[in-house]
Amino acid sequence: MREVTYDTIVEAVKRLCIDANVELGSDVVRAMQEAKSQEKSAVADEVLSQLLQNAEIAAAERVPMCQDTGMAVFLVELGQDCHIVGGSLYDAINEGIRRGYGEGYLRASIVQDPIQRKNTGDNTPGIVHVELVSGDTCTIHMTAKGFGSENMSRLQMMKPSDGIDAVEDFVVETVRLAGPNACPPVVVGVGLGGNFEHSAYLAKRALFRPVGERNQRPDAAELELALLAKINQLGLGPQGMGGRTTALDVHVELYATHIAGLPVAVNINCHASRHKHVTL
Amino acid sequence: MSVKQLAMPLIQEQINELRAGDRVELTGWMYTARDAAHERMVEMVQAGGTLPVDIAGQTIYYVGPTPAKPGQIIGSAGPTTSSRMDPYTPVLLSLGLKGMIGKGSRSQSVKEGIVQSRAVYFAAIGGAGALLAKTIRSAEVVAFHDLGPEAIYRLEVERFPVIVINDICGGDLYQQSQSL
Repeated sequence: MREVTYDTIVEAVKRLCIDANVELGSDVVRAMQEAKSQEKSAVADEVLSQLLQNAEIAAAERVPMCQDTGMAVFLVELGQDCHIVGGSLYDAINEGIRRGYGEGYLRASIVQDPIQRKNTGDNTPGIVHVELVSGDTCTIHMTAKGFGSENMSRLQMMKPSDGIDAVEDFVVETVRLAGPNACPPVVVGVGLGGNFEHSAYLAKRALFRPVGERNQRPDAAELELALLAKINQLGLGPQGMGGRTTALDVHVELYATHIAGLPVAVNINCHASRHKHVTL
Repeated sequence: MSVKQLAMPLIQEQINELRAGDRVELTGWMYTARDAAHERMVEMVQAGGTLPVDIAGQTIYYVGPTPAKPGQIIGSAGPTTSSRMDPYTPVLLSLGLKGMIGKGSRSQSVKEGIVQSRAVYFAAIGGAGALLAKTIRSAEVVAFHDLGPEAIYRLEVERFPVIVINDICGGDLYQQSQSL
């Protein structure tokens, strides 16, 4: 049994929180540069230029690329031969958020209670999903999820007879309804299958995948490309001001489902598709 | 694509000439306010009170910046989604508010209010908080200190880049884009 200490996790989470907010991933930057080369609209070209410039300033000055530094969401792939010592995993993650958001001058955007709505002041608590995997390592994926895009996400319990065409329509419609609010060009996470809550989890997990990386199953990869093409035909463009780049990528995640169901969840991410990971 | 240079507070004659899709750089003074500040302002007006800042003729920027690092004037300061302010906006327009800066589409009643009050709604680039912060020359909390990032700040900006979304003629850039 390998041991990972509470303090190691706190330090790793702190770094993830700061880095995710100030350094736009090279996958996203590359996708945006490619999108810019294909835009014919002057406004779209200007918006993408400003977004790329924004990412450069943020990285150079170590300031957040966006003022909505998000709700901190974690996917922990915990090896079953890895033992966390010195405290609980959840406490370690929340302490890491507290230090990262404090020391990184990131915005505290979390309220303790959805009714009373008092800000906790340190961006805790985060959302933590743990998957038990084989091996003795602990991989922590983090995303700083802004709510401009989170608020525009949707879930639908479809019937099997609705078929994949209806799934496609629902995804495209969700992006259209999100319009400029979700800060396009967006990255679209689609969770297909499972049950009610698992489809939403799959959609979120899809956002951790690097932009440009396809699902390994050919039929799912084909669906991703078909969705991307349809979304980019909407004409919303960067910031909804017109153009061909409405989405940078679409990621579909699949899971087994019930004979009576076809759950589909769409979790939208803004152009600041922040995702970082570390393996301990 | 040409960029218009405008001073804030905005001048009515210049607002009248703005059209959806125009690129503008704003220089001068504006206020910040988002959800909680809007709710409070409208409650004060409805209770018959006066606002802590006179918004007549002014521009409000929907933003909740990150905390400033030592030596910085302000942290990242990009626009937040404007539609959350829609329920409060008609009251502020009736009090003489002339300009709004945010991102995303507005409700029908806000769009009508913009035409009636001869005001303008601009979008700044959502998520470009680091870039936009570079145009901010000074920032001072002027009301609702207790709201933290949601307090009302008075900002001085220089060549703050925006695009006209809704103009006094009912023009709407987002609708024009969707119908392409």
